[in-house]
Amino acid sequence: MDLFETLVQVFGSTIRVSVPLLLACLAGLYSERSGVFDIGLEGKMLAGAFAGAAAAAVFHSAWLGLGVGVLVSTALSLVHGFASITHRGNQIVSGVAINFIAAGSTVILGQAWFHQGGRTPALTPVERFEPIKLPFADALSGVPVIGPIYTQLLSGQSLITYIAFLMVPVTWWVLYRTRFGLRLRAVGENPAAVDTAGISVAWLRYRAVICTGILCGVAGCYLSMAQGAGFVKDMTAGRGYIALAALIFAKWRPVPAMFACLLFGFLDAAAIRWQSQLAQIVPVQVIQALPYILTVVLLAGFIGKAIPPRAGGVPYVKER
Amino acid sequence: MSAPFAKLPRWVDYGLIPVINLLVAFLVAGLVVLLVGENPLRAAWAMVEGAFGSGRNIAYTLYFATFFIFTGLAVAVALHAGLFNIGGEGQAFVGGLGVGIVALALDRYVPWWVTFPIAIVASAAFGAAWAAIPAYLQAYRGSHIVITTIMFNYIASSLMVFMLNGPLKPLGSMAPQTRPFEAGAQLPKLNWVFNLFGANVRSSPLNISFILALIVAFLIWLLVWRTKFGYEMRTLGHSPKAAKYAGMSEKRIIIITMLISGALAGMMALNPVMGDQHNVSLDFVAGAGFVGIAVALIGRGHPAGIVVAAILFGALYQGGTELSFQMPDITRDMIVIIQGLVILFAGALEHMFRPQVQTLFASLSPRSVGLAPAKSGGA
Repeated sequence: MDLFETLVQVFGSTIRVSVPLLLACLAGLYSERSGVFDIGLEGKMLAGAFAGAAAAAVFHSAWLGLGVGVLVSTALSLVHGFASITHRGNQIVSGVAINFIAAGSTVILGQAWFHQGGRTPALTPVERFEPIKLPFADALSGVPVIGPIYTQLLSGQSLITYIAFLMVPVTWWVLYRTRFGLRLRAVGENPAAVDTAGISVAWLRYRAVICTGILCGVAGCYLSMAQGAGFVKDMTAGRGYIALAALIFAKWRPVPAMFACLLFGFLDAAAIRWQSQLAQIVPVQVIQALPYILTVVLLAGFIGKAIPPRAGGVPYVKER
Repeated sequence: MSAPFAKLPRWVDYGLIPVINLLVAFLVAGLVVLLVGENPLRAAWAMVEGAFGSGRNIAYTLYFATFFIFTGLAVAVALHAGLFNIGGEGQAFVGGLGVGIVALALDRYVPWWVTFPIAIVASAAFGAAWAAIPAYLQAYRGSHIVITTIMFNYIASSLMVFMLNGPLKPLGSMAPQTRPFEAGAQLPKLNWVFNLFGANVRSSPLNISFILALIVAFLIWLLVWRTKFGYEMRTLGHSPKAAKYAGMSEKRIIIITMLISGALAGMMALNPVMGDQHNVSLDFVAGAGFVGIAVALIGRGHPAGIVVAAILFGALYQGGTELSFQMPDITRDMIVIIQGLVILFAGALEHMFRPQVQTLFASLSPRSVGLAPAKSGGA
């Protein structure tokens, strides 16, 4: 097989691996930009994945599944908001709690409802988000260079993949070109100023947290209903944390977030594709740990400096 | 920064409020049991019986508690200095590497009481080393310790997969674990203590690292409340500005505190590795690093509270295992839910019921909340 074809294949799997990372990363971006740290991305994704697959299997509809997945993930997000915005609790503690609740309840409820060892039933094509074939995909497949790129990379992805990549410009536009976005960024840097301007800090942060919940739910549904065909115990497998790493890597900005997710996705895809060749040079574990190592190096400020939103992690106490 | 809440009597702060939070967490967990279609009261009883019903069960409960005393202390020590060490999982994992190396090197030549102290030092040193980089980065480069310790958890797990698949794996073996330790690296069991009381406990993993855990808890109490460094630590945790004006070195405190925290997490590895499994495998930490967060929160950062909270969580683990035999639908994942709920209600929502408790106490006895004698104020 020639190099070009291999590369197209690796990039194809890079995209597929990156989608949940990208959605979760953008999800975290809304929350953290508003000053609410969220290490519960993992749990919300997991809960969304389970709820989505379970609802899709019961109601035989992918769309209903997606709706329920998003609802459940948003509900968990609101719990995080309730704890960290309304009750000014520790945001890290709340995030950890949500991860545990999601990890435990998905398995318990899955086992109680479906009796398949914590799995949901295998989803049929109607209950999943199948790959979409773009027009002329077959006709163009014979054309050199453009053909494989068009048919294998651009076409044949699931709907959620297109949504995920569409969310990058949308998020950029919301953040930098709307009133909501301006206030969102302001509340993450200096909530007192926003409060002085007569805007409710709590309501603004709640809206940001809801955006996080929706996107995490979609990310989870991608895992269980597009990439996979059903929920499996602990199927997020740390992706929420990689997304968090990507968010830091991107310095809390949407377009770099996409590239960071693609980079981490590529590392993953490349490690799988060239496993045997790479093993002779470096242990495969080094490549698996690379996203985390890179993030730590970035955080350390050795390659650029990642400065989080100034009010991040600090509950806002209105002056009395 | 003064707390945005009025004062309450100490026993309410350290006793009543954690108990209320715990009760709410258990109530919500009961709802989950209802949702699964089982009777929550029966489930609760099965858990209590499973945890304390016989000598053997109590021994198992204390075995699990040993894990959580170490990791709970690790989280608590860091919290006193205002640091959130979420990397106990990784530090314990790497601590196990230290234990394993010492055990593999010595177990054929010396008795256990020679290996044990060296293994303690090794586990603490390895755990501390794993916490050192995040500590350095927090102190000198300002990188958020929560994020770096999370990243180090994953790096630790990659490191351990590599070590157990490569250098530490015996020749000709497929499983990613070390060779079994000989008698020279096996800690004595504590079953005889139970046999003294008439209970006949033949096989339980409870070993002398439980006693080590209790000693360490006492030492940590001394460190935090009876030494100059402990005072500096708590000052930094309460008010970094005050610490700075008092001339304390923030960097020094952060680094030393994190080293202690990492060492405590690392020492956790002695319990499963030398006390029970007698090898280093991939799953000996089993989430104990994260349980430490819940234990530290419930124990209010005080070693005595942590020991109690650790026994409570040990009881949950042991009772949950027994429960899953009786009610197959309620697997051990139920513990994970309870753990999450406890962290949520006792940690993130710890102040939720405070206003109500305050109103209650204010109406019962105004003096207890510091309302009546206006002169003696000065909080």
